[in-house]
Amino acid sequence: MSSQLRIEVRGLDMGYDGFVLMHNLNFIVNKGDIFIIMGGSGCGKTTLMKILVGLKEPLCGQVFYNGMNFWEADPAEREKTMRSFGILYQSGALWSSMTLAENIALPLEQYTALNRSQIREIVSLKLALVGLAGFEDYYPSEISGGMRKRAGLARAMALDPDILFFDEPSAGLDPVSARLLDDLIIELRDSLGATIVVVTHELASIFAIGNNAVYLDIETKTITASGNPKKLLAESRDPKVIRFLTRGEKILEGAKL
Amino acid sequence: MSSHPEITFQKPADDTLLVRLTGEWTLHEKLPSSKEVEKQCEKDTGIQKVLFDPAPLAQWDSGLLVFLTKVIDFCAQKNIRIEKESLPQGVQKLLALASPENQREGISRGASRKTFLVKVADATIRFIRSSQEMLAFIGEAFLAFMKLLRGKASFRGSDLLMVIQDTGAQSLPIVSLISILVGLILAFVGAIQLELFGAQIYVANIVGIGMTRVMGAIMTGVIMAGRTGASFAAQLGTMQVNEEIDALRTSGISPMEFLVLPRMLALTLMMPLLCLYSDFMGILGGLFVGVTMLDLNLMEYYYQTKSAVTLTHFWVGLFHSAVFGVLVALSGCLRGMQCGRSASAVGYATTSAVVTGIVSIVIATAIITFGCNVLGI
Repeated sequence: MSSQLRIEVRGLDMGYDGFVLMHNLNFIVNKGDIFIIMGGSGCGKTTLMKILVGLKEPLCGQVFYNGMNFWEADPAEREKTMRSFGILYQSGALWSSMTLAENIALPLEQYTALNRSQIREIVSLKLALVGLAGFEDYYPSEISGGMRKRAGLARAMALDPDILFFDEPSAGLDPVSARLLDDLIIELRDSLGATIVVVTHELASIFAIGNNAVYLDIETKTITASGNPKKLLAESRDPKVIRFLTRGEKILEGAKL
Repeated sequence: MSSHPEITFQKPADDTLLVRLTGEWTLHEKLPSSKEVEKQCEKDTGIQKVLFDPAPLAQWDSGLLVFLTKVIDFCAQKNIRIEKESLPQGVQKLLALASPENQREGISRGASRKTFLVKVADATIRFIRSSQEMLAFIGEAFLAFMKLLRGKASFRGSDLLMVIQDTGAQSLPIVSLISILVGLILAFVGAIQLELFGAQIYVANIVGIGMTRVMGAIMTGVIMAGRTGASFAAQLGTMQVNEEIDALRTSGISPMEFLVLPRMLALTLMMPLLCLYSDFMGILGGLFVGVTMLDLNLMEYYYQTKSAVTLTHFWVGLFHSAVFGVLVALSGCLRGMQCGRSASAVGYATTSAVVTGIVSIVIATAIITFGCNVLGI
């Protein structure tokens, strides 16, 4: 559907006001990956996502999108790259004063030369893709949390992004809705060929959708494991990773935690 | 190399239309309309089947999907069979996702436009409900106040002091500015007329009586409605959004006692004091005009004011301000507690608090003034 897009993170340090949250992060996200950023609460998953999408500058290190150094690029170039991102925030972050249709139409109005009726058609299509056809004129406050997430996803897909970022997509959803959203993420990857980066600590989602992952360790302040989550569970010798992936139920023999 | 999106038609069989899609079907290109397919089908009524040949398709995005959805809808209406198997896998999956059987059940808003009568009925019902809510709120506030008199109301003293500081001391700069200016304006307007009769000295009467009897109270009330009433509504509204008020209720703490009562008490106590301060500042404003522009003597102005302003005027002004205090606090808290659960609802609650506050101040002034006239005060 679009050019090959590969994300590469090299020697990235991140933190707030001199406080280093994570250091020396290195990983590669290939096109078509569903890449999971996992780790315990407060380890900096969301901060890492904010750096990847251009909301927060790293302390040092680089992020490359298709070889382009994102944080050192010209601001106009960076903004152009940011337009190829679709982001689903933890709460959905729909603009509450606008209807669902207006929420999805806004990026289209800003960045395309489409006329009103074309925008309306695309909005209906996007809502139908997430199973919300007919909800165009509802306000975010009038629909349930799961529907808000879906509508947030429809907005994230408004400009047919090359990369979709998800911040805790299944947080606050019941298991069935969470599963449906996971299925939707896989469908979108398969049909759109988009690259998907997911920040989560929901184990069910990690195993269901992820084909590559990094584990951010809060103690050593860096990535201690990476690879396919299922393989990590089967093969990793890192006691913290195993404890995380088994909800603390399996502790490796002789491991000191 | 980009190429423009185009469609061409072929008829491999008498009842079959083959739609060939070429070029880049992306939103950045001017896409062919689905009407072209519709025209072909209407021109040749023998068509029973539509096929697609996407082999020459270079790129696609939502633009192609919108086109296909419209063609599919049209074919469904006309009972024409459509074969999607030849389309790219991704397109087929997305069309399946967007199909009607994959949708959440819900009522489409666009379909049901309300008639004028329904709108009037809705507005009437809303008005009746909001009046009931307002009365219930006033009743609850009164009950909470009764509990306070019996020493049983539960709120934190520190909260009360914080609100007193916010509504009292921190309002002084804006009250000073507005009151001095109102005093100046009253004096100016009066001076122009009184100078015609050589009765400039009576500017002191106009300013003194005007400020103490009603203007000081009204100006303080309007300032407080805009400043404190809005702030009450925004605070309580945000608490409503964050479910803090629900948390209070489930903890067995009455939000009316814990949140509304300290705010009402603080504003009702502070308003008369602010009003006195405003009276004083307004008179100072009048004095400035009198001394600098009307060549009046400072002491002359002082004695004239002293003789004109009686204690009755003060009491009427203070009564006004106490009533305004209750009204502004009530409207701010009421709108805050009625707030919905979104950011725009907080904005609406704040605006509504200011409007309710100012309207009720004006209505109360009219009623009190009429009452004073009847009683000869």
